[in-house]
Amino acid sequence: MSSHIIESGNTAAALGVKLCRVQVIAAYPITPQTPLTEKLSELVDSQEMEAQYIPVESEHSALAVCIAASSTGARAFTATSANGLLYMHEQIHWAAGARLPLVMCVVNRGVGAPWTIWNDHQDSISQRDTGWIQLYVNDHQQIIDGVIKAYRLAESVMIPVMVCYDGYLLSHTHMPFEVPSQEAVDSFLPPYRPDYALDPKRPANLNTVTLPDTRVDTEGRTAHGYMEIRSLLHEDLQRAVEVYQDVEAGFRDTFGRGGEALFEHYRCEDAEYVAVALGSLSHNLRDVVDTLREAGVPAGVMSIHLYRPFPARQIASFLSPAKGVIVFEKALSYGYEGALCSDIKAALLTHARSRADLPFVHNYILGLGGREIKTSQLVEAMTASCKAGAASHDGVRWIGLKL
Amino acid sequence: MQPKTTILSLPEEEFVNPGTRACAGCGLGIAYRVALKAVGRDAILIVPPSCLTVLQGLYPVAATRLPCLNVTFASTAAAATGMVAALKALGRKDTRVVAWAGDGGTADIGLQALSGAAERGDDFLFICYDNEGYMNTGVQRSGTTPMGAVTANTLKGKLQQKKDVPAIMAAHNLSYVATCSAAFPLDLYEKVVKALGMSGVKYLHIQIPCPPGWGYDPKYTVKIGKLAVETGMFTLYEAEHGVVRLTGASRKLADKRSLVPVSEYFRAQSRFSLVDEEAIRQIQSEIEGRWQAVFDRAGDGEEA
Repeated sequence: MSSHIIESGNTAAALGVKLCRVQVIAAYPITPQTPLTEKLSELVDSQEMEAQYIPVESEHSALAVCIAASSTGARAFTATSANGLLYMHEQIHWAAGARLPLVMCVVNRGVGAPWTIWNDHQDSISQRDTGWIQLYVNDHQQIIDGVIKAYRLAESVMIPVMVCYDGYLLSHTHMPFEVPSQEAVDSFLPPYRPDYALDPKRPANLNTVTLPDTRVDTEGRTAHGYMEIRSLLHEDLQRAVEVYQDVEAGFRDTFGRGGEALFEHYRCEDAEYVAVALGSLSHNLRDVVDTLREAGVPAGVMSIHLYRPFPARQIASFLSPAKGVIVFEKALSYGYEGALCSDIKAALLTHARSRADLPFVHNYILGLGGREIKTSQLVEAMTASCKAGAASHDGVRWIGLKL
Repeated sequence: MQPKTTILSLPEEEFVNPGTRACAGCGLGIAYRVALKAVGRDAILIVPPSCLTVLQGLYPVAATRLPCLNVTFASTAAAATGMVAALKALGRKDTRVVAWAGDGGTADIGLQALSGAAERGDDFLFICYDNEGYMNTGVQRSGTTPMGAVTANTLKGKLQQKKDVPAIMAAHNLSYVATCSAAFPLDLYEKVVKALGMSGVKYLHIQIPCPPGWGYDPKYTVKIGKLAVETGMFTLYEAEHGVVRLTGASRKLADKRSLVPVSEYFRAQSRFSLVDEEAIRQIQSEIEGRWQAVFDRAGDGEEA
């Protein structure tokens, strides 16, 4: 039987990991991820969960443990935040290149220097080019469901998945959510059975040195070179857009909720102006849109769940009828603009039906290092963008900056 | 009493195919071949970037008949932990995990992960093959390069001492720490067998003479390796639960109470060409001081 509880976002993630029957967990504590790994340690200690819990000495080692465990045939999990994620960076690339279906929760936090322990998205956004799938979720229900869907997706395409959720705003707040039954999760997520796992009976040398060109093996068959291997990762990542929609549909059939795989939208049906955001910020923007609608501005919100692979065609087709797209980001590609904003512009340019009538795209940077985001500020920003239209926007604008 | 290990008593099964990509005269070729005979067929190897990555060959051809996971440079021991955990989770209790890292991957970039795993007591064998430098990248200094050695980034000879990694590992209270040499394969074989019978992290440190890195004719690998031990520069010992015992050729040195002059070792390798007579005399005197204590203990009837 499923149950309804009121718990923190970190606990929601831990319960998702438990329901997925993860076999190897490795973690190194970092705020605000810590309560998630404490909860997992507690579940393993009390034998509510049958898993190997490895309290490693660094995040680099946390992912090393998961990489080796997954290569040996076990379902593995880790979680981190901010500088912990960056300390894993080499291993993040490695896990994707090695095609390991790991799941990692990234409890989003700003990165140093200077130190901040509060929420923004710079940590995970800076890892977007590593070949991982990135899911951004908006509430506690989406956290627990997201972990379950992530394993199904990862093991379908053999690509690791980050489930990203906002530090403190979601990780440390308590909200009601439904915990699915073990039976339902078991039927949705079969045990992990990789095509190959390290086995002395079938010896193989994994992640060997490759050459720039293809090369024949001892039996005369041509094996891939580095570029073929990497190209296949890209191809399978792009295919994951479709696969994730199937996973989402299967999830809805089993659990009776969800259904919006790539992005969710609020009051967008006739919207001329669409605010776009990742994570819980998109829920703040719903209030903003309600306020704007009361003032007669036809606005809506789009919240992107699947950020990598980027569902460019679907996003462009959804946004292209609008007059304006206003992208709110808690991260910045320093020296240019928000990465999501660039991605959306590129998607519109590539996939919009007509280039003559593209919506304008504005970019606001906000909430870095946990700076408070007031609904009134969001209303002001949206109103200003809707009024000014295409001509007015030069580079990023900051919300709440006190220079 | 175990029957004496001889070259004839080693298992005939080979786990390293002929035609590896190792350099001519590479000491690792000897150590790897013999150690894997001791490891046996139910094992998985873990290797970070190092000369062994090269020895094993380029995709899709591999020289080793055991499964092997290539991992990032700093992560060898942590990966071994993950593999042990997975095998446990999957109920595959008999499969052994053996990590093989070079001196850089052990003493320098890999030390944190190794210390972490040793402290946690994860059950695997970690083998450091110490060719005393970053040989794979063209001979640069490492933490275990001996003082005086010329490398590509110590052109006037290394100024610092060799890092004593076995001592660092012994400080983790491991069940088994031992040193070995590629020049004494039977001693190495016995230590691998013994290590695999113990629990927790077991640490083996193998000295590997390296013709291009050390500067000698490839045919002298065994001779140079033997000189390192017979001059008292490198000591063969094992520590079972902290109890230290000299083994093999080092044990014989203690019994004979005589050392080969260290100048023979230094003068046989071009990497020591900048070490002058005075420095060699000093090293000789340090070695003699160290060994005198061993001789004295042996004279008192203690285990040397």
